[in-house]
Amino acid sequence: MRRVIYFVLALVIWILLTWPFVEGHLDGQVFLAGIVAAAVVAVLFQDVLPPEHHVFRSPKRIVWFVLYVPVFFYYVLVANLDVVYRALHPKMPIRPGIVKIKTSLTSESAITALANSITLTPGTLTVDLTDDGTLYVHWINVRSDDVDEATRMIARRFEYFLERIFEEP
Amino acid sequence: MSEVIGYILITIGVLFDLFGCIGLVRFPDIYNRLQASTKCVTLGTILLLAGVAAASGQGAIIAKALVCAVFILITSPTGAHAIARGAYASGVPLWEGSVVDRYGADGHGASPAPEKHPCES
Repeated sequence: MRRVIYFVLALVIWILLTWPFVEGHLDGQVFLAGIVAAAVVAVLFQDVLPPEHHVFRSPKRIVWFVLYVPVFFYYVLVANLDVVYRALHPKMPIRPGIVKIKTSLTSESAITALANSITLTPGTLTVDLTDDGTLYVHWINVRSDDVDEATRMIARRFEYFLERIFEEP
Repeated sequence: MSEVIGYILITIGVLFDLFGCIGLVRFPDIYNRLQASTKCVTLGTILLLAGVAAASGQGAIIAKALVCAVFILITSPTGAHAIARGAYASGVPLWEGSVVDRYGADGHGASPAPEKHPCES
């Protein structure tokens, strides 16, 4: 069943990417190639993507996801201005280091989303994570190397949303 | 009108890409450079895609831009994470001005001799 879902998903993405410019005309060869590619993807990656479909079944989670998108983009923008400032400043005001943070999230997708969000947002880059929810984060401007303090500064703002999207029954 | 917005977005996107590259050159070690390259290049490229979508105004191109943007948002931080972890594991040191290294303190990083190369065995 999961294979079928991935096949359809991959085919939809393929069609979106190869949609012909002449409207209403779909190139048969391209479509055939898409079916082959989608089938290969579905067979190869059926076990790679996390099996957490419940996220897409509950409207409440989707609403939280939609709310998360603008928040996320706001932090991405702030992150960029911050990095641009540090890169262009003649004295280059950086104070880098690797700190440790602990997350309360448990599901695999939630931790993946958290790690990627951290990487894209202000001055932080996830270096590694362990099974018990510890993340090692490279911070361009270390403000606290205490585990709890750093967690509060880096991860709390995302955990609030990710918990509601991926966890909480 | 939408064309003007598109070109403004493309300009801002290219500027972010440029600043990211300046950061890439100026920052002292691989971890700081990754910060500059992932953040600025991700946003710059997404703004470029948004600009192309706005300037063209065609459904097909907007759909393509959207798919590419989502793809970049997922792969770019994942790639940066893999590079940073790989660099640390193979012993690339942090810049000497770094203030703390909890990762090394917890016993990660380059071990003096790996037990066995993964290609053997």
